[in-house]
Amino acid sequence: MSTAVESSTPASSPNAAVTAADSVGIVVPLAIEISQPLMLDCGRSLPQHILMIETYGTLNAARSNAVLICHALSGDHHAAGFHAADDRKPGWWDSAIGPGKPIDTNHFFVVALNNLGGCRGSTGPTTTNPETGHAWGPDFPIVTVRDWVRSQALLADQIGIECWAAVIGGSLGGMQVMQWAIDCPGRLKHALVIASAPRASAQNIAFNEIARQAIISDPDFHEGRYAAVGAKPSRGLKLARMLGHITYLSDDAMRARFGRVLRGGGDGRFAFNYEVEFEVESYLRYQGQSFVDRFDANTYLLMTKAIDYFDPAREHGDDLAAAFAKAQAKFLVIAFDADWRFSPERSREIVNALVVANRDVSYAVIDSPLGHDDFLMPLPEYQAVLRGYLQRVADELAA
Amino acid sequence: MSECIDNQANERVVERANNRPDNRPNHRVTELRPDLARISDWIAPGARILDLGCGDGVLLAHLARTRQVRGYGLEIDPDNVAACIKAGINVIQADIDEGLADFATGAFDYVVMTHALQALVRPDLVLAEMLRVGREVIVTFPNFGHWRVRLALLRGRMPLTPALPSQWYDTENIHLCTLDDFEALCREFGWAVLERAWLDRRHGTGKLIGLAPNLFCENALYKLRRPNA
Repeated sequence: MSTAVESSTPASSPNAAVTAADSVGIVVPLAIEISQPLMLDCGRSLPQHILMIETYGTLNAARSNAVLICHALSGDHHAAGFHAADDRKPGWWDSAIGPGKPIDTNHFFVVALNNLGGCRGSTGPTTTNPETGHAWGPDFPIVTVRDWVRSQALLADQIGIECWAAVIGGSLGGMQVMQWAIDCPGRLKHALVIASAPRASAQNIAFNEIARQAIISDPDFHEGRYAAVGAKPSRGLKLARMLGHITYLSDDAMRARFGRVLRGGGDGRFAFNYEVEFEVESYLRYQGQSFVDRFDANTYLLMTKAIDYFDPAREHGDDLAAAFAKAQAKFLVIAFDADWRFSPERSREIVNALVVANRDVSYAVIDSPLGHDDFLMPLPEYQAVLRGYLQRVADELAA
Repeated sequence: MSECIDNQANERVVERANNRPDNRPNHRVTELRPDLARISDWIAPGARILDLGCGDGVLLAHLARTRQVRGYGLEIDPDNVAACIKAGINVIQADIDEGLADFATGAFDYVVMTHALQALVRPDLVLAEMLRVGREVIVTFPNFGHWRVRLALLRGRMPLTPALPSQWYDTENIHLCTLDDFEALCREFGWAVLERAWLDRRHGTGKLIGLAPNLFCENALYKLRRPNA
């Protein structure tokens, strides 16, 4: 298959980062049509579906250097590079993917996708249901992490990848990585699970439920059929995202970044109203608003549910080690010490189960400034661990 | 603070070897630290091993290559963790002082700890935990009964020896012991001593050590087994 990477970029690029030596440059998304039927955990099935993907780097002749990137709650297939020379921001994990970066496109053929149920072009609530001719909306089936792995395995078949050199993901992406190792043990050599957890805790589910209720109780939600009536549950989706952002940062990080600083550089007096006053309020409103502009509420509901349902130990008598018993991949588990959404203790549960299951695993806890969000940051200690591990993966390919 | 304490003069040999320009440590080092070589003689091929304070993973790499062991290192220092990961050694970033509660009883054939015992908050508790988690335990420590140490104390000063090169105020070694102290601890807890090796600074065994181990041994290696095991 053709790679989406194009080396030629306009000479007078307004954004110098586009032509940086360690950037994958301008990338073009591809729509991959998967025509095999997909049975879903909920009992329904999809006769065919489309996955949007981007690829970076070159697939080798042995087709052995492919790396799959699994995205988190709000991610998509645009993991690295730029879509246009004047793009303000690169893909969501550009800090880690590129020539000479930890996920080195000089060595690896990197595949990123928008998961089934997403809202960036892959089959999901915003795409057309062929049976009705209208957008799926709330009728799109609730998919699970296992469904995603099935769908990603069909994608791998389609693009001719029998075995991934590595499957990598952070947060909800890390859950997909674990599921890959459990469900398709022979199809990946290395599993990199970053800032993740073996299952959502009651607290995680509680936060997700508030996010969902914020969306569902928005008068513009219209039981999920908001698009049909030309509405958008913006207030609910914005609230959901604001709540999410609180969990992505640690208390210390919020204090350091915003403190109690008042906006606007006024005279420091309180305004005694409910307008934006503290910097942190401004930050959350901005994050919430910009999310509304790029994300779909039904997809958000579905993604949070996928997190809540993920629990590979459940079918093995709540024994995670038993779930990992058939896994063959070597694991790297990375946690961030300021992360309270998926804390290091949760990663350690994964590690402990892998030790009991006698799997190869390494575990690093990164001294982190932000919290959960750090898995997207180019922290030197984090990148050294990622780079060191993946260098060995590349060496194995060359051997 | 419970990482492998780099206070052994001859560790520097290995360090030098590790700092070669190609930056590929461990695996290519053919000359293993002599105490580590001796430890590896005590380990049955194919065993499951946990190495506490594994440093950059030199012992595990050697054991994997020569003894086909499977195992994990525990290490607290981020640079050492990164070095292990880069070298393909299974390493788990953790603080030994926080205990081994994450590991099941009898999960390993051997639990090894080289030159970290004296830096632990409660060496006795950690040893007991090691003996719970492992069928056998291999532990090494510097002998505080060595004549150089005693001479320094006789002169009224804390010892500065090749085995103990740090000043009293900045040393990480907070629970030093002599051979006799360690033997007494083993007797008290009923731990069986399966093997002991008393070595000098160069990890050799001299006649003098045999005559008066607690005076002449600088580095002690012990292999223990828990009671009823």
